[in-house]
Amino acid sequence: MHIHRLEKIWIVVGIAMLGVFLVVVGVGAFAMGMQPPGSHHDHAHHTGAIDPEKVDETPPFDNPRLEQVGDKEYNAYMVGYAFGFSPDKMEIPVGSTVHFQITSSDVVHGFQIPGTNVNMMVVPGEVNYLSHTFTEPGEYLILCNEYCGIGHEYMATTIIVS
Amino acid sequence: MTNPKQSLPREVADRSGSAGRGGEPTGPSETTGDPHQGALAHAAEGHTAAKSAGTPAEHADLSAKSAGTPAEYADLSAESTGTPAKPADTLTQKAGLHMPYPPKDAAIVLSHIIFAFAALLLGGVAGLLQGLVRGGMVELPAGIGYYQLLTAHGVLMALVFTTFFIIGFLYSGIANTLGGKLLPATRRFAWFGFVLMASGTVLGTIMILLNKATVLYTFYAPMQASVLFYIALVLLVVGSWSSGFGMIYQYRYWRRKHQGQLSPLFAFMSIVTMLMWLIATIGVAATVILQFIPWSLGWVDTINVMISRTLFWYFGHPLVYFWLLPAYICWYVVIPKIIGGKIFSDALARLSFILLLLFSIPVGFHHQLMEPGISPLWKYIQVVLTFMVVIPSLMTAFSLFATFEISGREKGAKGLFGWLKYLPWKDVRFFAPFMGMLIFIPAGAGGLINASHQMNGVIHNTLWVTGHFHLTVATSVALTFFGITYWLIPVITNRVLTPAMNRLGIIQTVIWLVGMFFMSGSMHTAGLFGSPRRTAYTTYNDHPDAVLWMPYHVAMAIGGTILFVAVILMVYNIFAMMRMPKGDTPYPIGEVSDQAEPTPKLLEKWWIWIVLVVVLILFAYTIPVLEMLGQSGPGSPPWVTW
Repeated sequence: MHIHRLEKIWIVVGIAMLGVFLVVVGVGAFAMGMQPPGSHHDHAHHTGAIDPEKVDETPPFDNPRLEQVGDKEYNAYMVGYAFGFSPDKMEIPVGSTVHFQITSSDVVHGFQIPGTNVNMMVVPGEVNYLSHTFTEPGEYLILCNEYCGIGHEYMATTIIVS
Repeated sequence: MTNPKQSLPREVADRSGSAGRGGEPTGPSETTGDPHQGALAHAAEGHTAAKSAGTPAEHADLSAKSAGTPAEYADLSAESTGTPAKPADTLTQKAGLHMPYPPKDAAIVLSHIIFAFAALLLGGVAGLLQGLVRGGMVELPAGIGYYQLLTAHGVLMALVFTTFFIIGFLYSGIANTLGGKLLPATRRFAWFGFVLMASGTVLGTIMILLNKATVLYTFYAPMQASVLFYIALVLLVVGSWSSGFGMIYQYRYWRRKHQGQLSPLFAFMSIVTMLMWLIATIGVAATVILQFIPWSLGWVDTINVMISRTLFWYFGHPLVYFWLLPAYICWYVVIPKIIGGKIFSDALARLSFILLLLFSIPVGFHHQLMEPGISPLWKYIQVVLTFMVVIPSLMTAFSLFATFEISGREKGAKGLFGWLKYLPWKDVRFFAPFMGMLIFIPAGAGGLINASHQMNGVIHNTLWVTGHFHLTVATSVALTFFGITYWLIPVITNRVLTPAMNRLGIIQTVIWLVGMFFMSGSMHTAGLFGSPRRTAYTTYNDHPDAVLWMPYHVAMAIGGTILFVAVILMVYNIFAMMRMPKGDTPYPIGEVSDQAEPTPKLLEKWWIWIVLVVVLILFAYTIPVLEMLGQSGPGSPPWVTW
């Protein structure tokens, strides 16, 4: 099939750009560790699956908490529910890295901290993971960004970085 | 103001109709022949009935076949031989010589189009109210919930308006290019589909209004709506299957009668669209029938949430291409005719549709990048497959602008961009779809951002995404559909578009663009700042970040109000078009440029492409779905949280 010379140039340049995009995304993800959330899934001590009806008796979510695990390093074991997050209000010193681990005890929720790249789905029956280092002080808003019911817009908490 | 009709040459271009006849009938179901085909050959040359009557051999052939018509095709042959003295009956209609559009086909097309715009009006009311609520300007009267409106808006706009319009439009073009009218069996498929889809829509809307299904149009488990809502979805989908089968039936019939010939481009593209739809909707049908309905009837206690989400998005992304492909059909096949140019290349147009078929489906994970339970490797593989649609998109952009430039230069355009002046800017049938094309450039670029691993984390589930699809489906696709409506209603109602209506159409398009600039622009911006989508009015206890979003939410409400004015004007225009003067408006089907290379037969060997689609889908989904099944827990019980 004959293709016009200009169209060939156009498509080759387009495919080359596409290649560059995909290499940038791929190198970012696999070489630099900028994976989407959930990527620790296979390596974590959890199996990934959790009985959504038994969240309150399954460690570590039976005791949702912020736990210091190193110098300026924390694990946040969290549960999303209609319509809130547990634990409510967390406080950390500036420069801390927090490893968020979250599941839902009812419907699907979202977990987003505006002004950061923290954004993940909270799915019942699954545990999602994401780490973030808070380099600026402030009161960060944590909100649910997936419709979860009549009180969805009230589902939020904060994390204070001081 | 020029009358848009002036730019329309009178001939009808069913090019394939001018080639030789297909094989002789071999069985009872094939004995009718194609009564319009011989006629069309002459229609393409703009001949009159008298002239075509001078090809007795062909018409003898025609009437012989019609005489042997089995009962099934009785009404078709009755129509085509109703005036036995003039076998070129349909010719005159095709050539626009004051012959009516086949009334039975007009009824099918018009029913779909009117139903679509009724949904647009209701969905528009819901959209307006949502915008005003979120902007903090009104509070809904007791009893109506924001999320109820949001569900109605999504279902009526994204599922009902689009599907009804698309099926009506494709049937009109199938009738036009594959024989001049629909076969009786095709009509039965179409009406059966319409009745199922309409009942599904009515039932679904009632459940939403009763607040029994406030689950949004994505109906994510484990929220559980009334079982009747899921049944409504099944009716909508199965109805659309029937319509798809009707088109495939007519296409196969045509090809049996025209062996060795290339099918008309419009029909080929319609079949790609419906084939993609049939393959894609298997996912949503599977989750609704196998998961949601047994669960909502209480036959099973729990639902596997990740599997249901994966099946939904297996369908959810091709859904957006299902909206887009009919717009592409208008851009590729109709617009060249309207601007008085030629289709740049039939072969490249078909190739781009085949590529869209291949790369539309195995890509759903890019909607699930932020989810647990899917390994990063498979997310990346589907991101790569998603990006492949860049290739047919670039081919499309090239072909369209090549058509514009070549046609401008043939009319005497000088300089690098002189041809722009030769485009019919004052013809709404061109202006509205062209604005759709133009908006598709930033819309597509936004899509690349959404589908990228890292950048998706910035915008996932924010208003950015809402802004994105209000550019793609609610501008590129919607404006193209509006542009189509301004000639399709005149064609099927045997009327002519008046200069006054053309002007109203241009005004309506401009209002839409202005409204969308404010609404989608604010959505994109607020989304980048983190404002979540699908969320009622809130300032999160006056958190400074959320307070910053408010001016953008107000601008969204203003944009939404302007858009609502455009919806009202569109609905008015439809009523007004039904009262335009009678006359002949030919169906605008472009012809392929003389310089275009012949189309390889390979492109119409469907089994190759279907096998490739299936292989790509199995490749992209088998391992991750097995992983999901292998690691899944006991599943989720139902929740009603609204």
